[in-house]
Amino acid sequence: MTRRMYPFYFIAIALAFYVVFTVVPSLMGIYLSFTDWNSYVKTIRFIGLDNYSTIFSSDENYMHGIRNTVVFTVATIVLKTIIGLLLALMVNKGIRLKSFHRVILFMPSVIPMLVVGIIFKSIYDPQYGLINETLRAVGLSSWTQHWLTDIQWAFKSVIAVDVWKGAGYIMVILLAGLQAISHSYYEAADIDGAGVWKKLRYITLPLLMPSLTVTTVLNLLYGLKIFDTVYVLTNGGPGYATDVVYTQVFSQFSLGSYGVGTALITVLFVIMTILGFFAIKLMSREEQG
Amino acid sequence: MKNKKLQAVIANTAIGVVSLIAIIPILLIVINAFKTGAESSSMGFALPKTFHFDNFSTVIEKGKLGHSFLNSFAYSGISALFCILFSSMAAFALSRNRSRLNRLLYFFLILGIALPLNYFTLIDVMKWTELMNTRAGIIVLYMVTQIPFSVFILFGFIGGVPKELDEAGVIDGCGPVRLYFSVIFPVLQPAAVTVFILAFLNTWNEFLLPLYYLNSAQKWPMTLAVYNFFGQFQQSWNLVSADIILTILPVLIVYLLGQRFIIAGMTSGSVKG
Repeated sequence: MTRRMYPFYFIAIALAFYVVFTVVPSLMGIYLSFTDWNSYVKTIRFIGLDNYSTIFSSDENYMHGIRNTVVFTVATIVLKTIIGLLLALMVNKGIRLKSFHRVILFMPSVIPMLVVGIIFKSIYDPQYGLINETLRAVGLSSWTQHWLTDIQWAFKSVIAVDVWKGAGYIMVILLAGLQAISHSYYEAADIDGAGVWKKLRYITLPLLMPSLTVTTVLNLLYGLKIFDTVYVLTNGGPGYATDVVYTQVFSQFSLGSYGVGTALITVLFVIMTILGFFAIKLMSREEQG
Repeated sequence: MKNKKLQAVIANTAIGVVSLIAIIPILLIVINAFKTGAESSSMGFALPKTFHFDNFSTVIEKGKLGHSFLNSFAYSGISALFCILFSSMAAFALSRNRSRLNRLLYFFLILGIALPLNYFTLIDVMKWTELMNTRAGIIVLYMVTQIPFSVFILFGFIGGVPKELDEAGVIDGCGPVRLYFSVIFPVLQPAAVTVFILAFLNTWNEFLLPLYYLNSAQKWPMTLAVYNFFGQFQQSWNLVSADIILTILPVLIVYLLGQRFIIAGMTSGSVKG
């Protein structure tokens, strides 16, 4: 009965689309990353590891992209998790206008990244931007910066935008986790005379681990694919200060050097397949637990 | 007791400040959308002297937003509908028949949540399937990119739908297709709505796929139209702001109406209460 009532073609349609438009291009990419494929050649030649040695050679700028992508991902995970957790703890209880705050705080995460980029381009403007204007108005003129064009600040500014956009999203997921924790744990802790810190350390955080795993995994997969915000805010500049893998991929695309570009994506593909595999294992284990 | 009160004050203040930070950039855009070009050049919080509603009509005309709006609506709506249909059928069969092969296929499918698209080779695939630079092509791509996450969420939900329903259906003489459409799919509605809203929002906000695979402005969705508009009118922040508002208004409306579902969707599959 099982096989007859749940026929394979139910799975096959989604699977076929997925294979044709995601898996096949990925596999082709692995092959083509070993060739000199670009938009000017007629016949594609096999060139072995040349594209990869270009990417990993210290004379080229590609390592900036990979390094920045990793730094961006780690930094945004840490910042968004800490802020999201604090917000979730606050919104969970003891706050007036709880649902109002919840709606407001989540709002940035539904706005397109591209649009967020444009908005912050205005906010970061060195002359008229909201940040520098405010600093001047309160007498802190010396703190004003060229947020997006100063090599010291550009990458931090991009990270800040992503934290602005994503912290509310993390808050919401962690909030659901918090609300699933039974009150009886805290009541028992009260009887034992545990303080706020001890309750957080020994009850809240351990029981919140499944949710924290999920937010970390989501942030990880999202961070490694970052493109829109960087593209609009800085397009990788100044120099290579904010270049990430996908902005480099896009420049390779515009230049027509498909071989190097596809090798870059393949590097990311390998990293993400490995991480994705562990992530799925983790998430499905948490789900059964 | 005093300690508790102080904590409450601090928490309330802190969350107020953070909420303000979250909303300020959005308010900034709203205020400047009504100013004149000169007033908006400093993108400040000063209220406009007179409200220029004509900015919006200017933007709709110059930015060809009418077209783009319909495009976005069609792309997101159609792709989300097909995504739900195919994802839920797959999730249903995968969840009910847990053979070793199906377990493998499930992992293989949801691995797509992590996989980065290869934009270079995908062009070849789009050319073979004759979907390059077509509306159908972008709809297919949007659908495909949403399938893995949708299967993941729906799989979790279907696990909680009692199998007795299937048995009742079989006793009443349903075949698989009728069982699915007249018994299972109606039960899935809450999850299906969530998945639809998520897929709709994600694709409405998407920007890269049309950038790579649609070369004619006629076919552009809102995001690409806004980006192009921003390139042309960088100096006129009043118009850019108006353009942005028209782009995110539908998203915000969908969000405010559907926030219960959206938030449930974000958390389902991740936290089992």
